[in-house]
Amino acid sequence: MSVAPCTERPVALIDLLDRLLQGGVVLTGDLVLSIADVDLVRIDLRAVIAPVAASALSQISEAPCPRPPAV
Amino acid sequence: MTDPNLVYIYAVLRPTPEATAAVTQLRGVAGEPVHLVAPAAGTHRLAFAVGHVPAADYAEAPLAAHLDDLDWLESTVRSHHAVVAALVGCGAAVLPLRLATVYLDEASARQALDTRRDYFLSLLERLTGHVELGVKLYATPDITPPEADTDAAREQPTGLGAGRAYLSIRRRRQRRNDEAWRTVAQAAAHLTETARALAVDRVAHSPQRGSLAGPGPGTNVGNDAYLVRADRVDAFRTGILAAAEGVPGLRVEVTGPWAPYSFALQPEPQSETAA
Repeated sequence: MSVAPCTERPVALIDLLDRLLQGGVVLTGDLVLSIADVDLVRIDLRAVIAPVAASALSQISEAPCPRPPAV
Repeated sequence: MTDPNLVYIYAVLRPTPEATAAVTQLRGVAGEPVHLVAPAAGTHRLAFAVGHVPAADYAEAPLAAHLDDLDWLESTVRSHHAVVAALVGCGAAVLPLRLATVYLDEASARQALDTRRDYFLSLLERLTGHVELGVKLYATPDITPPEADTDAAREQPTGLGAGRAYLSIRRRRQRRNDEAWRTVAQAAAHLTETARALAVDRVAHSPQRGSLAGPGPGTNVGNDAYLVRADRVDAFRTGILAAAEGVPGLRVEVTGPWAPYSFALQPEPQSETAA
């Protein structure tokens, strides 16, 4: 079904989670849920995902970059 | 299609003929057909690749419930990635979106595309012709990074008088380990310099731990993403593997090429005036 990138090995789930939960374009900040004029439903997965496989995913939800904090 | 649908966004892309054709073959996270949504007005230089997904699964509450199910999460993540990878595979410049970005309808998705047009174009401009490669560094099993060396806390000295002997053994082991670790850390730093020189940009992810981190061998001590020119992928891979060769205690894995997930993260500009 899918077109895999040019690797022989199947893609590891944890590598995908690093990228799809922490990377990717984020379109807006907080999740707003009302009925009428909600523009976007943005699910903050890192919040809901914490109970899931906590041992692995807790690593993912920590700020990864040792960059100087932007002030 | 019995219940109301939400619009799930996979990626922003330039709708080339190849991409437009490729999209018709794709199925998304809910097995749904994927299609392009272009801005209502103006030039069609950008589009979203979207699918209609059931609100019963992708509204906030059901999604949160689904995420307690690692199998469901895995299937969703892999499906999302498959769509993005297929678009990349047909040569389109692609900005992957974070998992589960969902609009109520295509009109609001279109509006979002319109209002962020310049932002998306500048990101695409920067990322076009580049891919992301992952570089994972592992310290081999007999070397423990200092912060992860907690064995001592679990070891119990056996019987009276064992305390001192234990401590001395522990100290010797610690010294050996520290030396080995210094060697590995130096090699890792050198390897990172090599990688930086072959890449345009770098993002450090958290080291991978826990049950999903794979069978090893070794402890993951570096988990970086590099933005690499598409025509330099082989050079990058070769350079990294050569730099890692023969370094005792260090194992390297290169993953990808990926769509530039880790480099699609700049905060949206605060209405800066262009110079």
